[in-house]
Amino acid sequence: MSAAPTVVPGAADRVHPAAVAGAVPAGVPAGVPAAATRPASRAPSRRTRAGGVVRRLGARALGAVGVLWGAATLTFLALVLIPGDIAYAIVGGPDANPSPEVLAQVRAEYGLDRPVAEQYGAYLLRLATGDLGTSYRFHAPVTQLIGEQVGPTVVLAASAAVVAVLGAVAVALATAGRRPAVRGPVSGIELVLASLPSFWLGIVLLTVFSFTLGWFPAIGGEGWRGLVLPTLTLALPLGAVLAQVARSAVEEVLEEPFVVTARARGLSDAAVRVRHVLRHTLVPLTTMTGFVVGGLFGGAVITETLFNRAGLGRLLLSAVNAKDMPVVLGLVLLSAAVYVVINLVVDATYPLIDPRLRRTS
Amino acid sequence: MSTSVRTPSTPTAGGASADSAAGATPDAAAGTPSAPALRTVRRSQVPPSVALAALALLVVVAAAAFPDALAPQDPLAVDPTQTLAPPSGAHLLGTDENGRDVLSRIVHGTRNSLLLGFGAIAIGLVAGTALGLLAGLGNRVVDALLMRTMDVGLAFPELLLALVVIAIAGGGTRNALLAIGIASTPSYARLVRAQTLGVRRAGYVEAARATGLSETAVVLRHVLPNAVKPVLVLATIGIGTATVAGAALSFLGLGTTPPTPEWGSMLSTARNFVELSWWYGLFPGLAITVLVLSTSVLGRHLQRRAEEGVR
Repeated sequence: MSAAPTVVPGAADRVHPAAVAGAVPAGVPAGVPAAATRPASRAPSRRTRAGGVVRRLGARALGAVGVLWGAATLTFLALVLIPGDIAYAIVGGPDANPSPEVLAQVRAEYGLDRPVAEQYGAYLLRLATGDLGTSYRFHAPVTQLIGEQVGPTVVLAASAAVVAVLGAVAVALATAGRRPAVRGPVSGIELVLASLPSFWLGIVLLTVFSFTLGWFPAIGGEGWRGLVLPTLTLALPLGAVLAQVARSAVEEVLEEPFVVTARARGLSDAAVRVRHVLRHTLVPLTTMTGFVVGGLFGGAVITETLFNRAGLGRLLLSAVNAKDMPVVLGLVLLSAAVYVVINLVVDATYPLIDPRLRRTS
Repeated sequence: MSTSVRTPSTPTAGGASADSAAGATPDAAAGTPSAPALRTVRRSQVPPSVALAALALLVVVAAAAFPDALAPQDPLAVDPTQTLAPPSGAHLLGTDENGRDVLSRIVHGTRNSLLLGFGAIAIGLVAGTALGLLAGLGNRVVDALLMRTMDVGLAFPELLLALVVIAIAGGGTRNALLAIGIASTPSYARLVRAQTLGVRRAGYVEAARATGLSETAVVLRHVLPNAVKPVLVLATIGIGTATVAGAALSFLGLGTTPPTPEWGSMLSTARNFVELSWWYGLFPGLAITVLVLSTSVLGRHLQRRAEEGVR
């Protein structure tokens, strides 16, 4: 959260040096990126090796389904445990004065008169078919509400992710292993950027680039100009953390014998960095995917509020304020699902990124 | 908190003008092995950046403890003739939309902002430690059950998890604190469990058990302190990030609400006046940033020292 702001020791790994050391950061779930640190399989023949990979991925997929089931159970509990009568929330909050018949009708319609176990079963079944429930406020399917708002958020999150990753890699490649006069200030700036609360960064960017210089609009998403400041607000703190991780990876690789070999062949420093070192930043950065995804989701709530942009973050915030639980839980469940699926994909791609993980140990 | 506040006795060492970048480099914790002689020298010296961070934290804590002594004016005193006045001799950091002194509001907001950060970390630490110990010491079923639950918790971005808690329990300072604390519990639980698994088999624990201490005494006197120590160091960094999370909730209108001064909620209002005043939106955020920066510089320093101590 940035504040992630994320926040909090999960967010603490944005400053947590273990991440820098290439270790698995504190907030990353068990087993998800662990493949980076251990060889995938020990099997000697090609076929059994492939079988091992499939089996490993199968186990991971099963674990992912387990996490999703747990997440669904938690959201169901949240739905049931919320103080107050759900039927009242559906007919319009505490101010409404519905007749007992209306309440009974709503309860029957939403299945609230059934035993909790039955409601739970029905809830899981609905989720399995992609139905996230119906908004208390809009009386529309949550999936429809999400569909209407998902576009701007995806654009914002994608552009921020691209800026953060490319910027981090570029800065890391350019500054790793340089003399202290270069490295010191850069890592100092990174530390400051990583510490910035995104809501403040956004205000400062607005003050400078929108109201003082007039380069970018303060509000509204008209084309790319409206996207620049929100993207920077989201990308700078994330990118600073990624740059720290990437640079420590680059500096580790610069000590490797193959770098010496490449230099001995007469390659220039820039060529060594781009052709030989660059790809080695991929694995540690991939390990940070979960951190980035969480940061983007949390950051979207703040950034969209700050810049008055439409999107999932605003939808979530308004739903929280209105206690529209199906929308809140639908969005949160969606973020968990995205997180789990992305981690699964990342896990599957480790051997593609790093051929050494394919090899027998 | 105690660990972070006690260190300010060191600023004297800050006079030694060492490489100021040294303290700011994040990856020093990755640890280049150093000669034993070098290490003893380094340990007696505190990098200037760390001394500065400790000093900044001291000021922040002082502002939280004695706001009346430090704030020049009443944080709630409205002055209709002085709305959104730029920084001047009378108002060092300017005034807000109601003519209230921004500096005084920042000083008085410190306690509320820190309360969110410290409170949330305290909840996360206590709950996380209890769950982590239970998982680390319990049988396989307990361990698997707790840790899979924590995995589920970790699958939610922390801010979103906090928002769910607020959607259920409602907003306000207390609930925001609770929400961040709950959201941070899974990662602390995982850390404490990992530490517990390591400590559980350590020689001194076996020895304590062999001397006939009861299991409870062994856990409380030997396992708990050693498992929690490294986590406490991380919690120093966590104070900063939790304060930001709390300010973020206040910024979203879900934490501390006006007119009570709090950094995040000040920024939330300031957002509406960015065109008219740069100072209103600048200084409360600067306070947050200084706090986060100080806790992470100090936390990393403590972590580095802890790691050197182990080696």
